[in-house]
Amino acid sequence: MQFDFQSPEPIFLQVSNQIEDAIFTGAFKEGTQIPSTTEISKTFQINPATVLKGMNLLVNNNLLEKQRGRGTFVTYGAQQRVINERREHFYHDYILNLINESKKLHLSKDDILELIKRGYDNG
Amino acid sequence: MDKLEIKNLNRNFKFGKQKVLKNINVSFLSNKIYGLFGENGAGKSTLMSIIADYNFPTSGEVLLDGENVHDNDNALSKIYYMNQNNMYPKNEKVAKTFKFVQSMYEGYDVNLQNKLVKEFQLNTKSRFNKLSTGYKSIMKIIIALCVPCEFIMLDEPTLGLDARNRDIFYRELIESYTDHPRTFVISTHIIEEIDKLVSDVVMINNGKIILNDSADNIRSKAYSINGPADLVDEYVHGLDIIGKESLGQYETGHIMGRLPEKEIPSGVEVNKMELQKLIVNLMDRSEGD
Repeated sequence: MQFDFQSPEPIFLQVSNQIEDAIFTGAFKEGTQIPSTTEISKTFQINPATVLKGMNLLVNNNLLEKQRGRGTFVTYGAQQRVINERREHFYHDYILNLINESKKLHLSKDDILELIKRGYDNG
Repeated sequence: MDKLEIKNLNRNFKFGKQKVLKNINVSFLSNKIYGLFGENGAGKSTLMSIIADYNFPTSGEVLLDGENVHDNDNALSKIYYMNQNNMYPKNEKVAKTFKFVQSMYEGYDVNLQNKLVKEFQLNTKSRFNKLSTGYKSIMKIIIALCVPCEFIMLDEPTLGLDARNRDIFYRELIESYTDHPRTFVISTHIIEEIDKLVSDVVMINNGKIILNDSADNIRSKAYSINGPADLVDEYVHGLDIIGKESLGQYETGHIMGRLPEKEIPSGVEVNKMELQKLIVNLMDRSEGD
């Protein structure tokens, strides 16, 4: 994990993004326990309340679950949920922007599809 | 405790000629970690020593859950002040001082003390005055973390500590805090080391409180604007500019508050300001007052 304190994102969001990223890449596997608030807090010397706030965000999104007296675990299906959510973001952040931009350049739907094909062939 | 409240506090020295604290009003809430910042001589230690009733206000009061702490054993038993002056016998062996403190506080955490002694590698057979500056701090840190008090003030806890021992201190502070949440007020000049650790910031300059807010709030409204001087000047015009640096035609303007609605000119970059930078800027600005 890495935190960028110059980033405009509040630290608790960075904490939740970093954990989400670890779930996405599979570093934190489904059904396994993740480091405790105290461990994360100690390692990065971040206020425990800030870490907790970030973790609670993921509990509310059903990516993490707290088990009484045992700790916090990655829920089953969490990785797929992150992927789905990111695909949705991909659509909004890239595809819709791409279409907007292509309209300005007078590119048709077929033109874009052709360009995407070209990108794939060259990539 | 729920709240430690400081009301209209003034402290004058030398028959009122020198005003060390000027009308201080501030509240410290339970289970928060406060950073108390300010230049040398700003009044931080005087404020902390008054809270602990080691020193007395010229006027005003310190209330713990509504009770004045002055000469109030019940209230004072909940407050601990680790300071730069030594309160323990100089010629005594560390182990004996630990025993003494243990006998003073019911609920003193001996297990934690022993763990910390090992981790910091403190020689408890040594006499206090034979310890290095760093180890003198370490002995005081250990006591401060083991006493069963709900309001703990640490005045320059990392004085003389090397990088490894500072790291141990921050980790142990967090662990102890999560095990038993309580209020900490930490005064230090090494701001960048604790800026993520503190939940709230209180800043004193020339005896006055000039900043008192949550760290999140402060972070969300302090920006550094970099770029060509003319563009930066135009962009920051009318904002609360707390500092400026320039290198030739390149300029950085430090501002506090909301960013303007207008578009950021190309060539101009907006970054969050680090807490350390913000505090230095605020100190410099108050100097000019």
